[in-house]
Amino acid sequence: MKNARWISGVVLTVVAAFGSTAVTRPSMAKAGDQPTSAEVKIDNFSFGPQTLTVAAGTTVTWKNNDDVPHTVVSDDKVFKSKALDTDDKFSYTFTKPGTYNYFCSVHPKMIAKVVVQ
Amino acid sequence: MSRFIKENVEKDGIDRRGFLKCMAWAGTGTLCVLQGGVLKSFALSDIMQHNVGDFKGDLSFVQISDSHIGFNKAANPDVTATLREAIAKVNALPTPPSFVLHTGDLTHLSKPSEFDTLAESLKSLKTERIFYVPGEHDVLDDNGAMFRERFGQGAMGDGWHSFDRNGIHFVGLVNVMNLKAGGLGSLGNDQLEWLQKDVSALKSSTPIVLFAHIPLWAVYPQWGWGTDDSEQALSYLKRFGSVTVLNGHIHQTMQKVEGNVTFHTASSTAFPQPQPGQADSPGPMKVPDDKLRQLLGITDVNFVRGTHSLAVVDSTLA
Repeated sequence: MKNARWISGVVLTVVAAFGSTAVTRPSMAKAGDQPTSAEVKIDNFSFGPQTLTVAAGTTVTWKNNDDVPHTVVSDDKVFKSKALDTDDKFSYTFTKPGTYNYFCSVHPKMIAKVVVQ
Repeated sequence: MSRFIKENVEKDGIDRRGFLKCMAWAGTGTLCVLQGGVLKSFALSDIMQHNVGDFKGDLSFVQISDSHIGFNKAANPDVTATLREAIAKVNALPTPPSFVLHTGDLTHLSKPSEFDTLAESLKSLKTERIFYVPGEHDVLDDNGAMFRERFGQGAMGDGWHSFDRNGIHFVGLVNVMNLKAGGLGSLGNDQLEWLQKDVSALKSSTPIVLFAHIPLWAVYPQWGWGTDDSEQALSYLKRFGSVTVLNGHIHQTMQKVEGNVTFHTASSTAFPQPQPGQADSPGPMKVPDDKLRQLLGITDVNFVRGTHSLAVVDSTLA
């Protein structure tokens, strides 16, 4: 129970950070006010979370937990990883707001997006 | 049921009836026979009811697939060993294959050392020639340049090619390049145009064998097991009496007949994958060690002149 309470506390904190500072007043954000990094996990041939919302300036890191290689490629080729073997990571820093749809070019049924605000 | 070879009906030291029985009790094979454009398929366990000698043909070839050299996870820590076992299985066939088709995923990560191991292992195959098409694991990061340089000599475009043997027209297609977000395997317009021209001068009585990595039929699109523009490709082949499509990718044998077309997928020589929808994802499936070789294997194909028959026999490594 102790662990469960700790985890829910973290989730609330993250939601609060995104809900107020990052989303509604991105221009007011100062260094240290919000997370500057976020992670997307690749498990069972899918990206998680499917939609990741971050503030401009955030570095997103993808980590492949599968036994087969995957890639992270934006639909309009803004970013493109090499093949990521098991436990390999790929990072990209989003500087411009917008919606970035991406997929795995090895298994193109795997689609997801990053929303930068 | 007899589980050993007991008579030599072909005067060549091999009792085919016994041989097929041996494969039948291994338990996972199917045999399909195309005669005059009509297909009959049997579970291998039923095959002893038929005159197996009829399946001896003028041409036999073998399909192997999905060797994934470089893979070393729990589902099979030694894929080079199981590839060697598959090669031994081919070399032990009663009729040595005229050639071998490898339907892709030679390697797991497209690394030079993996291609080296694959090429070195296949040198011991007793056959005249090996024809290859790439899988998506063979074209990572370099759009298939290394694959084409080493295994696609004489091929067109991304590696597609055709050749003729014993009156059969064989076409190797590439459907693992330039894949689109949300889509399936893809042949692309350039390859489709080439295919249309490639078969245009052939008589409709010419048996056609298409081989490609990803299935050219919708096995399970939710897992990407299909090809977006395969129907376009097959539309060029409607006039032919006998079309056989051989694929890999899904690491299990599966078969479908649609009109003049017989679709067949081969086992992997490396690791099994789950049946469609029977797991969270199509990733490598860990099975008990003593079950692994029952789920890996090779495919032997025989052609009988005059009847336009292709007999497809899967056998496991068990």
